[in-house]
Amino acid sequence: MVPEIGHFALIIALCLAVVQTVLPIAGAGLGKASWMATARPVAQGQFVFVALSFACLTYAFLNNDYSVLYAVSHSNSQLPTLYKVSGVWGGHEGSLLLWVLMLNVWTVAVAWFSRHLDQATVARVIGVMGFVAIGFHLFMLLTSNPFERIPMQPDGRDLNPLLQDPGLAIHPPMLYMGYVGFSVAFAFAIAALLGGKVDAAWARWSRPWTTAAWVFLTAGIALGSWWAYYELGWGGWWFWDPVENASFMPWLIGTALMHSLAVTDKRGTFRNWTILLALMAFSLSLLGTFLVRSGVLVSVHAFANDPERGSFILAFLAIVIIVSLVLYAWRAPKVGFGGDFELFSRESLLLMGNVMLTATCGAVLLGTIYPIAHQWLTGANLSVGKPWFDMFFAILMAPVILMMGVGPLVRWKQGNPSEIARRLVPAFVAAIVAALVLPFVMGGWRWVVPVGLFLAFWIFSSSLTNLVTRLQSMSGNDSLGAKMLKQPRHYWGMLLAHCGVGIFILGVTFVEGYDQEKDVRMDIGDTLVMNDYVFRFDGTIRVQGPNYRADQGAITVSKDGQPFVVLRPEKRIYNVQQNPMTEAAIESGFFSQLYVALGEPLGGSAWSVRVYYKPFVTWIWSGCAIMALGGMLAMSDRRYRVARRAAQETAHGAALEASR
Amino acid sequence: MKPRQKRLVFVAAGVVGIGIAATLVLFAFQQNMMFFFSPSQVAAKEAPVAKAFRLGGMVKEGSMQRVADGLTVAFTVTDNAEEVTVMYTGILPDLFKEGQGVVAQGKLDGAGVFIADEVLAKHDETYMPPEVAKALEQGKAAAAMQNVNQTTVIP
Amino acid sequence: MVRYLAPLIIFIALAVLLYVGLGQNPTVVSSPLINKPAPAFTLPQLHDPEASFGPENMRGQVWLFNVWASWCVSCREEHPVLVNLSRMKEVPIYGLNYKDERQDGLRWLKQFGDPYVLSAFDLDGRVGIDFGVYGVPETFVIDKEGVIRHKVIGPVSPSRVQNCLLPMVRALKQDQPVAEEVVKACA
Repeated sequence: MVPEIGHFALIIALCLAVVQTVLPIAGAGLGKASWMATARPVAQGQFVFVALSFACLTYAFLNNDYSVLYAVSHSNSQLPTLYKVSGVWGGHEGSLLLWVLMLNVWTVAVAWFSRHLDQATVARVIGVMGFVAIGFHLFMLLTSNPFERIPMQPDGRDLNPLLQDPGLAIHPPMLYMGYVGFSVAFAFAIAALLGGKVDAAWARWSRPWTTAAWVFLTAGIALGSWWAYYELGWGGWWFWDPVENASFMPWLIGTALMHSLAVTDKRGTFRNWTILLALMAFSLSLLGTFLVRSGVLVSVHAFANDPERGSFILAFLAIVIIVSLVLYAWRAPKVGFGGDFELFSRESLLLMGNVMLTATCGAVLLGTIYPIAHQWLTGANLSVGKPWFDMFFAILMAPVILMMGVGPLVRWKQGNPSEIARRLVPAFVAAIVAALVLPFVMGGWRWVVPVGLFLAFWIFSSSLTNLVTRLQSMSGNDSLGAKMLKQPRHYWGMLLAHCGVGIFILGVTFVEGYDQEKDVRMDIGDTLVMNDYVFRFDGTIRVQGPNYRADQGAITVSKDGQPFVVLRPEKRIYNVQQNPMTEAAIESGFFSQLYVALGEPLGGSAWSVRVYYKPFVTWIWSGCAIMALGGMLAMSDRRYRVARRAAQETAHGAALEASR
Repeated sequence: MKPRQKRLVFVAAGVVGIGIAATLVLFAFQQNMMFFFSPSQVAAKEAPVAKAFRLGGMVKEGSMQRVADGLTVAFTVTDNAEEVTVMYTGILPDLFKEGQGVVAQGKLDGAGVFIADEVLAKHDETYMPPEVAKALEQGKAAAAMQNVNQTTVIP
Repeated sequence: MVRYLAPLIIFIALAVLLYVGLGQNPTVVSSPLINKPAPAFTLPQLHDPEASFGPENMRGQVWLFNVWASWCVSCREEHPVLVNLSRMKEVPIYGLNYKDERQDGLRWLKQFGDPYVLSAFDLDGRVGIDFGVYGVPETFVIDKEGVIRHKVIGPVSPSRVQNCLLPMVRALKQDQPVAEEVVKACA
């Protein structure tokens, strides 16, 4: 009964999504206020039904309802409750439902926080989001119904053991919040094109939404990377796998979009470029969904492939993107680019950074889909190696990092190159010194290290220069602290996010430069020396988990002769699927991490053991977390709330005027 | 500068910059393309000798052996027509099993042994990497031609 | 104007590529097994472990060989199509119950109906491997000489039954060449 309610709720939600698309957009076109007024209540209604549907599926999982095919395929009665819940989005069908739920969360949020906008814009934005919802509802109902019934099975086939992990429980919701969040910026862009009005006010409305989506996407990607690092047992944190690329492309464009929106907001320029980025960010989110679910690409974590689903989503993708790009080609010339600026100005630097980010995204796309093109043309299979991605990424990103240090210092419209150069000399020298000295402190010269260190310290020192310059230029005799408190939050957010990038680069640089890896055969009592640490293997014991059994090794680590920690890596066999799973044991410190994984038993009490020493590796994800925090700080800035209030008053005034 | 000239400078700088980047990127592309070959293709000498490539097929039942140091394994990858011996030092992935699909990345040595520096395995009942499936299928056709009346008896 | 059309043109090129990429799925790649004799085997039957089944029993008949399993998601989708096809009595369908538990398989057929004359029980999946099965379901068309004439990977749709399987089976039964448009519909 409950699954049928869930299924039925989805059908109602689809109907509401159709209403949510047609009435408000038509109303905005024809100027019918009563039609436009349906946008909010209908959107809220759709949310209620999608949430109900999601609750029904969760109920099926928690209640061990193994007459639901999807629950049979992704759950088991022995599964711990946390993973029963996260199992709901552990497969194709349920993760689509999560996608749609997230879309509805964003739509309802827009409906709530848009009271200050004019009715036509709100109607168009909600309508466009309704259209996106239609596509995904149809996709689910026609090709991927999560409520499909089968005769009651005695038990489920279990959630893939790789997914039975707290990190992966929250990774998809975060990632989807990011993906889907760009639909808001997309809808704002379409609404602006339809309404023919792209101005600073429009950019100010779009900004916090875009930043919010970007924050979620950053956190989601970082969580995914962290999960792959400790769960796959290879000690790598980024593989340029097609699925990773699918989430990284919208991130690159989203980053460009945030900066471009800032320019449109403050200077009224970059207008049609900003619109194009907004369209691209969401298009790439859809493309990512396609790549992951259609099976066109081979990946370690793609969903099982199904060409029918692939054609459906490709068709939908094509409709959404072609319609929006046609609209763009038609209206963008009228929107125009906006005001002019000199070659050396903040606008100019931001534009160059934007172009570089877009080019990087293009290169990622090329590397991701090139195997398809090659197979088409020659019939031969190939893949593009990680070294290629690493190389072009470094080449294209280095100038962006350099510009990151300069840009915020330069004036809008027209900067003074010699003044900026003078200001930045100390920062530059500091970064060079750090880059040349630190490698020797850390234990050896490797080419990647000074380059990475220079870029990281360049961000820190130029950000500091920026802060000092800004404080100096403030008049009045306030104390330093008072001056600092007066800086707006979006400024602190920017500095914080930039420093997050620096911390990320430090992490990557040290890991690439100084990590150590050893695969060894260890019997009881054998030791291995790595850096200052001595690892001693003390054998394995059998342990019993809730739904698995495991061989748990004990490896005593000592440092300078003192016992430091005992690491207990596991080799698990899950009861249902019977596949072995490596569970690495990790000891994290502030500056480094020890990582131990069990390989296979080698007869007797000996095992093959993999030991890593990873300096600064946690800084990689901390850097991402700091970027996300910076984004959160920036979007909480009061200028958006003030702007909202001001707009509200204007709208109110206009309404009064109209009523007179 | 007039706005028009300025735009020209912008466009020119952009084109040159992206052009250089694209050249570099595409040049390196050639060297980083990792081709995929099946054991039959290796036997037919289609695979390069000194250059890395990916070898895909099935791990032959009963072929896995550990070499004396305990960490090096040797196994045979087959597409049911031809076989290639693979040597790998290190820890095999969790899903590596005899009788299941595998993709190994590495180079052929002079003796025709494939020295792998990475072994990837992913298999569940409904999924096998398409290129592995294709390689197996092609190998099977070749085997079928050699031995049409072969009978498989299920123990 | 051209400038503003550029993103559209780039996207359309990309979409075409992706569409082709979809078509290249292994599902449509023509199988090298086609026009080769079906691999021989002897397997116990699902309903009766004592009785066995092998393709040589089928010499002189055109038949369909469908690989299925109770755990297989897409088989569930395909099943009604097969049940309908079996009711038409145009062609016998034999099943290969692939890597399944006997109980599960039997219960499944009881619940959804049994379109198969009989099912062979392939517990360890060896026969499936010989047939190059890499995703369940798959369906083979086998002619009177025991040669595989066509293979459908993934669930069989009603339109495929109408436009490809049935016309092909009819032609094969009358020892006639398969018509051009049928070959096209099957591609």
